[in-house]
Amino acid sequence: MNIIIVLTPMIGTIFGVMYFYSSREFTELLLAQPIRRTTIFLGQYLGVALSLTMSLVLGLGIPFLIYGIAQSSEIWNFGLLLLSGAFLTFIFVAVAANIALMHENKIKGFGYAIFIWLFMAVIYDGLFLISLVVFEDYPLDKFSLFATMFNPIDLSRILILLKLDISALLGYTGAIFQKFFGTNTGMFASIGVLLVWCGIPVFFIKRISEKKDF
Amino acid sequence: MRHFIISASVLLCLFLHINYALGTVYEVCSSCEKTSITETISLASPGDTLLIKGGVYQEGEIVIKKPLVLLGIDKPVIDGGSVAGAISIFADSVVIKGFIIQNIGLSYTEDYAAIYISKSKHFIIEDNELKNVFFGMLVEKSHFGRIHNNIVSGEVKEEHNSGNGIHLWHSDHVRITENHLSHLRDGIYFEFVSESHIANNISKENLRYGLHFMFSNNNDYYDNEFINNGAGVAVMFSKFINMKRNRFYKNWGTASFGLLLKEIYDAEIEDNIFEENTIGINIEGSTRINYRSNSLIKNGWAVKIAGGCYANVFTDNNFIGNSFDVSYNSKMNDNKFDNNYWSSYTGYDLDKDGIGDVPYRPVKLFSYIVNQTPETIVLLRSLFIDILNFSEKVSPIFTPDHLVDATPKMKMIND
Repeated sequence: MNIIIVLTPMIGTIFGVMYFYSSREFTELLLAQPIRRTTIFLGQYLGVALSLTMSLVLGLGIPFLIYGIAQSSEIWNFGLLLLSGAFLTFIFVAVAANIALMHENKIKGFGYAIFIWLFMAVIYDGLFLISLVVFEDYPLDKFSLFATMFNPIDLSRILILLKLDISALLGYTGAIFQKFFGTNTGMFASIGVLLVWCGIPVFFIKRISEKKDF
Repeated sequence: MRHFIISASVLLCLFLHINYALGTVYEVCSSCEKTSITETISLASPGDTLLIKGGVYQEGEIVIKKPLVLLGIDKPVIDGGSVAGAISIFADSVVIKGFIIQNIGLSYTEDYAAIYISKSKHFIIEDNELKNVFFGMLVEKSHFGRIHNNIVSGEVKEEHNSGNGIHLWHSDHVRITENHLSHLRDGIYFEFVSESHIANNISKENLRYGLHFMFSNNNDYYDNEFINNGAGVAVMFSKFINMKRNRFYKNWGTASFGLLLKEIYDAEIEDNIFEENTIGINIEGSTRINYRSNSLIKNGWAVKIAGGCYANVFTDNNFIGNSFDVSYNSKMNDNKFDNNYWSSYTGYDLDKDGIGDVPYRPVKLFSYIVNQTPETIVLLRSLFIDILNFSEKVSPIFTPDHLVDATPKMKMIND
C-alpha cells in the first residue's frame, strides 16, 4: 500500500517533468504543424499518464492475478488500490506538466516538482499532525475530514485503509470517516474530489499551452 | 412394570456412569402415569429421581425445593413460553441433566433464567441445551456446584435488555467446564465469586464480554476460547486471578479488547494467545501482574497501558505483527519488559547468544501521540509517521526513557 501512495505520485511527478523537458524540441516541431495546441499538449499528457497507469496496473495486476487474487474476496479492495493508484498517477503527471510548462529552467522545474511531491506525501501530514495536536481541545472530526479531502495522497490512503480490517483501529475518529466514506455518497464524493484534482491541473495545462510563447 | 422401570433405569444409569443415589424413580412422559413434572416433584421425597422422557413440557416455572435428580431422556424440551423462568432450584444436591430448555421471558425488573439456583450446595447442571434464554443459569449464594457441557445461546440485540449465559453471584467453589456460550450479553459473569474454576469453555459472539469478573478473588480460568465478543475477557476489581492457555481471537471492533484488566492485583497471565484483537490487552490501574509466554499476534494494539500500572512484568512473550506493540499514556514507567520476542525488532546479534545486542523500544512515538490526541490516528500508515517513528527511535524524547526491552530475543519463542 505504501508503494501505491508514496511511490506512484513520485514516479508520476518525476517522469512527467522529465518527459516534458526532454521532448521540448519535438513539441516545437509539432507546434509548427497545423495541429491545435490543446491536442498536442493534452495528447502528451495523456500519453505519459496512461502509459504510467498501464505499467502500474499491469505490473501489479498480473502478479496478483497469478497469485490468485481473482478468486479471493480481496478483489474489490485490490481494484480500489489500483484505481487510486491510477488517479494518483493522473493527478501528479498533470501537476508535473504544469510545472514543466511554467518554468523554462529545468533545474527549477525539477526542484518544484520534487517539492510538490514531498509536500503532499510528507510535509502536509506533518502540518496536519501539528494542527491536530495544537487544536486538540476543539472538535476536529470535520477538520480532519476536510484536510484529508484536500490531499489526494491522504485521501487515497484513507480510502484504502477503511477497506482493510485495520480500520477498526481508527476508533471513534474512524467511525466518522467510515460513516462518510463507507456510504455510496462518500465513495462518489471522494472519487469526485480525485476527479477534480485531475481536472484542475489539466485545465491549467490547456490554458497555459494556449497562451505560452515558444 | 414398576420393577422393570427401576431395573431399566438402574441399567441406564450404570450405562451413563452415574453414581447417583437413586431413591424412588418416577417416570414422566406424555403417555406415562405421570405427565407433569411439577406434580411429580411435589409427590417425590428428597433423594428421588425423575426420569423425564422426550416431549415438550410447558408448565410455567418448575420449582424444586428438595434434593432431586432430574434426568432427561431423549432430550425433553422444557419451554418457558417466553413468560418467565423455567426451573428454579432452592435445595441442595439437585441434578439437572440432559434437557433442552428454551424460550425464557424477558423482563426489565426480574432476572428470569432458564435455570435459577439459590442457596444450594453441590448442584450439578450437565449436558443441557439452553436456547433463546434471557439469563441462562443464574446462581446465587450457592457453593460447590458443577456446570458441565451445556450449550447456552441467546438472541440478544441490545445490552440493556439482555442477560448473561452463566451468571454467578456470591458463590464459591463452582466448576464451569466445557460449556458453549454464544449470543448473550456476557458469556460468563462472576460477581463476588471465589475459588472457582472455568476451563475448556467456548464463549463467542457475545454482545459484551466473553467472561467477566467483578469483585471476584482467587479464581482460575484455563484453556478457554473467546472469539468475536465485544471484549474477550474483562477482569475488574479482582485479586489473584490465574489466566492460562486461553485463546482470545478476533475480538475486533472499534471498542473491542481481547483482555481488559481494570483495578486488578497479583494476577498470573501465562501461555495465552491473543490473535487479531483491536486491543490485545488493555491495562488500567493494575499492579503486580506477571505476563509470561503469551503470544500476541496481529493485534491493533498488543498491549495498551493506561495510568496507574505498577510492577507488571512481561517476560518471554511473542509480539508478532501488531500495529502497535505497546502503548503508554504517561512518561512514568514502573513495568518491566524482558526477554520478549518482537517481530518489528531490527537489531542484530553479533555474539550469537540469541539475544539482540541493541535494546528494543516497544513504544513508538506515534502511539504516544495517538494517546494524547486520538484524532491523529487518521495519519496511520502515512510516510510522515514512519519518518517520525524512526527519528524517535534514534533519539527518544517523548517516549518513556526506561521503557526498553534490554534483552530482546532474536527468534520466536516456542514452548
